[in-house]
Amino acid sequence: MTLMTAAPAVRIAVNGEADLLRVRSALRAQAQLAGLRLTAETKLVTAGSELARNIVRYATYGQGVVDIELLTMGERSGVRAVFVDHGPGIPDLDAALRDGWSTGGSLGLGLPGARRLVDEFSIESGATGTTVAIEQWSR
Amino acid sequence: MRMGPNLLVTLQGNLEDTTVEQIERAVTHEVARYASTGVLIDVSGLSIVDSFVARVIARLVAMVRLLGADATIVGLQPAVAITLVELGVPMGHVRTARNAEQGMARLRALRRERVDSA
Repeated sequence: MTLMTAAPAVRIAVNGEADLLRVRSALRAQAQLAGLRLTAETKLVTAGSELARNIVRYATYGQGVVDIELLTMGERSGVRAVFVDHGPGIPDLDAALRDGWSTGGSLGLGLPGARRLVDEFSIESGATGTTVAIEQWSR
Repeated sequence: MRMGPNLLVTLQGNLEDTTVEQIERAVTHEVARYASTGVLIDVSGLSIVDSFVARVIARLVAMVRLLGADATIVGLQPAVAITLVELGVPMGHVRTARNAEQGMARLRALRRERVDSA
């Protein structure tokens, strides 16, 4: 079955805390277009909020972008969101994906928590930045 | 909002981090100023609670308790509750009730316990 993009991506620039609200609203709108159930929608929005906050907290100047798109695969539809920043990267990715690991004085649940909340999660991080992609699908 | 010895706090909408922290400060000041005995925090209007907001709510509950009052969270949406558990936010010490009426009843019961044991 082929994965198709159902609509052009929505791009949100993240430059500060106020943009978290825009990321949450955009994710919720796309989740509703994809017909996700309320629980799946809430998990997606929450995961997105964690990842967007990571950009604000840790990326250079707290800046990055979030691209959100609607996907279809056969009968199912889903939402894919990609969080990109050009920050310093995460030196120890394995540690950052474990609960309770934080350099920012938070609970350290952002990355591992976000991973638990969505159907698909991938992360790449290096000296030129970090890219996290998440997907949530209708049943 | 004050209701006799209790304070009712309503959180709703898409909250910015700074707004949540402002509410936290305002509530702790009100509790101290009016010597409230209970705080009811209505979160039924929150369609998302991420780890930051959850941490502030948990911290607020702990502060209210240190000030000698009790706090109860009411109206957590089911989807939000499921998300918080999977996210792994430790909220074990936070008392909850299904709605404002049950929450008030709980605060009254806690008040009686305190008075009896005093």
